[in-house]
Amino acid sequence: MAIPLIYNVRSVKARWASAIVAVIGIAGTVGVFIAMLSLARGFRATLVASGSEDNALIVRAGATSEMTSGVALDSVKIIQDGPGIARSADGPLVSPEAVLIAPIPLRSTGTDANVQLRGVSSNVLEIRKQVKIVQGRMFRAGLAEVVVGKNANSSYSGLTLGNTIGLGSMRWQIVGIFDAGGSSFDSEIWADAHLLSGAYKRPDTFFQSVTVHLTSPGTLQQLKDAITSDPRLNVDVTREVDYYAKQSTRMTTLITRLGGFVAFVMAVGAVFGALNTMYSAVAERGREIATMRALGFAGPSVVISFLVEALLISFVGGVIGCIAVLPLNGLTTGAMNWQTFSHLAFAFKITSELLVKGVIFALVMGVLGGLFPAVRAARLPVATALREL
Amino acid sequence: MIRVDGRSDSQSLIRARGLNKTYSRGGEKIQVLQGLNLDVDKGDFVAFMGPSGSGKTTLLNLLGGLDVPSAGSITVDGDEITHMSGSKLTQWRARHVGFIFQMYNLIPVLTAFQNVELPLLLTKLSKSERRKHVETALAVVSLADRMHHYPRQLSGGQEQRVAIARAIVSDPTFLLCDEPTGDLDRKSADEIMVLIDQLVSKYGKTVLMVTHDPVVATRAHTTLHLEKGVLVEGKASHERVLAGGAA
Repeated sequence: MAIPLIYNVRSVKARWASAIVAVIGIAGTVGVFIAMLSLARGFRATLVASGSEDNALIVRAGATSEMTSGVALDSVKIIQDGPGIARSADGPLVSPEAVLIAPIPLRSTGTDANVQLRGVSSNVLEIRKQVKIVQGRMFRAGLAEVVVGKNANSSYSGLTLGNTIGLGSMRWQIVGIFDAGGSSFDSEIWADAHLLSGAYKRPDTFFQSVTVHLTSPGTLQQLKDAITSDPRLNVDVTREVDYYAKQSTRMTTLITRLGGFVAFVMAVGAVFGALNTMYSAVAERGREIATMRALGFAGPSVVISFLVEALLISFVGGVIGCIAVLPLNGLTTGAMNWQTFSHLAFAFKITSELLVKGVIFALVMGVLGGLFPAVRAARLPVATALREL
Repeated sequence: MIRVDGRSDSQSLIRARGLNKTYSRGGEKIQVLQGLNLDVDKGDFVAFMGPSGSGKTTLLNLLGGLDVPSAGSITVDGDEITHMSGSKLTQWRARHVGFIFQMYNLIPVLTAFQNVELPLLLTKLSKSERRKHVETALAVVSLADRMHHYPRQLSGGQEQRVAIARAIVSDPTFLLCDEPTGDLDRKSADEIMVLIDQLVSKYGKTVLMVTHDPVVATRAHTTLHLEKGVLVEGKASHERVLAGGAA
């Protein structure tokens, strides 16, 4: 039978000043680990939320993002007659879109950051159903009016309802604020595609992408087959949600790797902290360990006991790390989206899965920090250690 | 019957034959025990005396399976322990040996009850059976009312009584006492020796004890002296020692 757990619990409690060093080290590491992963999760979630299962995004064949794509008006006209595209009373639910960037000062620092401008068709709200006007109204086609995403509204100077801003060669009135459900559109400014292209002296017969609303998610393949086999078109068709998931990959990989590296370096320090705590525990309790061995507790029981103690310390550290980082959940921050070169606001997303991973990470540090001291404890020469003062 | 000449034919409870123990210290070999023989029967109470460094504790460690001899054999209740593996020896200790140490060696973070229960965790007894055994052992040492006290809440004498309860709780084959009164005042020491006496006379326990104290040694049936690595007999009566006679 194992050495009772109460022995370890009370020993940790009795030596809390020593244990706290390891606890703080592990808590800090777990906090950084979860924060970094939640940042990556938040970024990905924001981009993935931008896509819809029943929308398809069409870009020039081989384009890796809207910014490197181009679709001519002739192609748009062919596309909108494609199979599987939903229609309203006003015609097919298709939004040819011009995507540009404009420098606007951030409220937080006063320095310019790139805001993504999206020229859209006036029926865009029927295509992107998650987008709702929450203040003011939708822009009117043909007028120099814009609607601003809620994150853009809160992050940038001057993007308030009723204000007028200069974009390209024109002045635009902000007539509405929209909520895109936490997606990347929340960081954008939307205007009439033809006018916006004109303001930047771009041909109004040329777009970056075409977003179409499908009659059902299942019709994507039908549309894809029809469009990609049409010799007049040279485009790629992707489900909108897949496009945005792919867009997030580079940034999430970067954050995850950077976070992983930082967490690894911190973990090395935390493991040494745990090692120090556990080695001193073994050194201070040599006689107790020898007494247990004399009473008949086997070496493996001692190893398990001290490992359990290390796990106990690391578990407490892990839980504290999780609790400490919880207030970050939902906190909005921003970063450059390297696919569009524009500033993207997104929130830390701490999920229960991340918290579990954080605690597991803490336990791994506990095992690494506790194993060698535990083995040393089991190997103490019993006869000598029994006479230690 | 205790013999040290190695000529006993009877089946002794504890039998040591030709025990040698050599230590290496700084490249120098120190021979502590040199062909030591010992026979101890069930219910015997033997005290080992001798100057510091004579090998008393080494002998106790060998008899308790905490150390292995350089040569020779030890047989306890028919089992030769000198060739047992480490894990077998650990199991054997749990079953056959009750240890009583000079510094009590109680676990400070456990209560008296939990300290006494420790050896029983290695048995198949149920929780309620363990409780019954612990309560009985603590009653034997007259500490039933202190079972929920921590060692720091007890006097030295009380701590040693808890240690005695821990040593007897699993009903081991024999008890090994290493200077059981070495850290106690005379009054507490006497109380502890009365208790150990009772374990022998009332409960039939076999006790092997190391002591520096000739007064304490007189409680034993036999006092053996370690001289030049072997045991020699010598018995001083309790009364004679108290009267100032030599041990």
